[in-house]
Amino acid sequence: MAEKVLMKGNEVLAESAMRAGCKFFFGYPITPQTELSAYMAKRMPKCGGTFLQAESEIAAINMVYGASAAGARAMTSSSSPGISLKSEGVSYIAGADLPAVIINVMRGGPGLGSIQPSQSDYWQATRALGHGDFQMVVYAPSTVQEMADYTYKAFDVADEYRTPVMILADGMLGQMMEPVELRDPIEEIPERPWATTGHNNEREHNIVNSLYLDADLLDQMNHERYKRYEKIIATEQASEEFLCDDADIIVVAFGAAARIARNSVRAAREQGIKAGLFRPITLWPYPTEALEKTVAHAKGYLSVEMNMGQMVEDVRLVVGNRAPVDFYGRAGGVIPTPAEVLDKIVALNEKVGE
Amino acid sequence: MAEKEEKLVFERPKSLLPVVTNFCPGCTHGIVHRLVAETIDELGIEGKTVGVTPVGCSVMGYNFFGCDMIEAAHGRAPAVATGVKRVRPDNVVYAYQGDGDLASIGTAETVHTATRGENITIIFINNAIYGMTGGQMAPTSLPNQVTQTSPYGRDTSSAGYPVRICELLSTLDGPAYLERVCVDTPAHVRKAKKAIKKGFQYQIDGVGYSLIEVVSTCPTNWGMTPQDSFEWMRENMLPYYPLGVYRDVLAEGYESVADAALKRAGDSKIVVEGGAQ
Amino acid sequence: MSNEMRLILAGFGGQGLLFGGKVIAYAGLIDDREVSWLPSYGPEMRGGTANCSVTLSDEPIGSPLITDPTALIIMNQPSLDKFEDAIVPGGVIVIDSALTNNAPTRTDVESFMIPATSAAEEAGLAGLANIVCVGKLWSELAFCKRETLDAAIRKAVPARKAALVDKNLEALELGIGL
Repeated sequence: MAEKVLMKGNEVLAESAMRAGCKFFFGYPITPQTELSAYMAKRMPKCGGTFLQAESEIAAINMVYGASAAGARAMTSSSSPGISLKSEGVSYIAGADLPAVIINVMRGGPGLGSIQPSQSDYWQATRALGHGDFQMVVYAPSTVQEMADYTYKAFDVADEYRTPVMILADGMLGQMMEPVELRDPIEEIPERPWATTGHNNEREHNIVNSLYLDADLLDQMNHERYKRYEKIIATEQASEEFLCDDADIIVVAFGAAARIARNSVRAAREQGIKAGLFRPITLWPYPTEALEKTVAHAKGYLSVEMNMGQMVEDVRLVVGNRAPVDFYGRAGGVIPTPAEVLDKIVALNEKVGE
Repeated sequence: MAEKEEKLVFERPKSLLPVVTNFCPGCTHGIVHRLVAETIDELGIEGKTVGVTPVGCSVMGYNFFGCDMIEAAHGRAPAVATGVKRVRPDNVVYAYQGDGDLASIGTAETVHTATRGENITIIFINNAIYGMTGGQMAPTSLPNQVTQTSPYGRDTSSAGYPVRICELLSTLDGPAYLERVCVDTPAHVRKAKKAIKKGFQYQIDGVGYSLIEVVSTCPTNWGMTPQDSFEWMRENMLPYYPLGVYRDVLAEGYESVADAALKRAGDSKIVVEGGAQ
Repeated sequence: MSNEMRLILAGFGGQGLLFGGKVIAYAGLIDDREVSWLPSYGPEMRGGTANCSVTLSDEPIGSPLITDPTALIIMNQPSLDKFEDAIVPGGVIVIDSALTNNAPTRTDVESFMIPATSAAEEAGLAGLANIVCVGKLWSELAFCKRETLDAAIRKAVPARKAALVDKNLEALELGIGL
């Protein structure tokens, strides 16, 4: 077993990407993810890779598009306002069926917002990061170890389905240090027969493209892509449950908010309230199957988020009106305290106990 | 009568695929496409060339060239080409862009790719108008030029002045070679071909970034015959966009882009002495 | 959760509070405990106030942001004002008395006023008051084994500053004795 090391979340994202065979990183400075770029700038040249500070977030994502088209594992990272700028490029990456990994270390919004941790890009990540019909696999790690594990996974899934994949972290996870065990670097990445590497006069020319002026053809392409999405939905859902088996009250939270909610759930149990934590790890596809299983015994749900209430809609889509679904959130970069969340659990428990 | 031996004097370049293009009659894109394809054939590089096409009239270029092709978002071709070249430095990478793409929405990418000295070749078609969307004002539309979005003529007090790309980029240290050409006469076509080939050759030789600006026409949106278009171009565009070489580090007597940049740096201590400070 | 130490280190940027926190986090890592370390970040890091949260626990750590600390290391007056009310009853506060004007008003906590900055300067350890405070905290809470703490210093000091390891160990010793 590899030795555990103490590292910042942002640095772990960078190191794990390199170990996953990502040799090309294109970025632009923004708080609170800058350590990731700085780490790449330092380490990439030593590993025979390329770090390039692009002139803009837009250029960075388009460099990823080019590098991926040319057959490399490539990545970019940013924080909320920068991700908005990248959205054009992500749509093109999806439309051209290219694998790519995009990291969002979220901060408060809208606009320039704050630089403190937030989860207010949930809708953007899971619904509409860019124009057009497309989805993107979204991982929400909750520990520094998961930031490593899901970065490896992100590259594999991006390759398997030829799709952009996002790691949705936040300023807290990016800045914090925890012990982490890193895996050995991989030697080779999967083959890419579709890549524009130069045909060497040995095959037809490859074209990487998202333009289909023929409406029927584009319709067909989109249907084909959604077939792949169906497979992703069927096979890639991931979630974690903590004390959910007998829970009356299920707190649903992801990422940093889930860590806080975990404290609150423990405290609620100490008070005799049967509370549990359901933690989605994939935000798209949403872990609907696992959440559905809790509906049989849960009396109420509480979605805890660092935003004004976004994921709660996905919880309601699963639970419907079979149980009340409450929401508690703090926005703008404020991190909810375990005590605040506990109050909401207690209140919900009283409500459903009546 | 004795049979005459047939001699092939003209044929379609191999790397220009036998497909129907979407260009209007009299459009210069066809000529420039041919020059790029001839260059690729003559240098024998089709197998290792990757082309990047823009958004604009040449958007469908990925179907016309025989090499591997990538379609980029509007203005982003230089960033995409950068990504490709960084992954595959041994490939020959070119981007083919129009004026809206290169000098308006993609100006940041254009300037920064040039100043990084990316070892790629850019073919820039400047016809002073947005062709594909139907004749709107371009960053290179001339003062007083009437377009769909400057119906009373480009008013410089409101719309400002055109961008001269070769001149602009020549202030940077990154480019190895910048030349402005046109394709209105056989002599000019030959000269344009020479410039394009030089750009590709500089890339192959590792000399660095090159941009060849082709002053062009748009008979359809200018509302003129092809011949009148060339006449209008000669009368109005060429005085504003003078033909010529704006940068050629080797011809200027430097060993390389780096050498030229160093000599421009004066006695800036960190630049001259090197080493992290 | 009796074995959990939730520590906030707070003071001015540049006093090495994040580093002090890192030493304690490394001690947890060496002992194979659950560890989290979370700094404040942003413009306030440029010479203003700085603080960091360090948790050592035997159970998975929930929020790394500490709102109810069991221990404080305080290196300026504004930090004492900000965090004094948050500490749990029975908690331990180590205060650099050279940099604060007032003693804590809480009577349900254990406070240790030590002149860390002046003591460090007198001992030729200028700039290591942070580690002096860490030493004092250890002498009161023994949050790890003594040799673990030394090993943590060796791990936390970056390789390019290896020459500073001995000075840090001296500062630790100084703090333990205060």
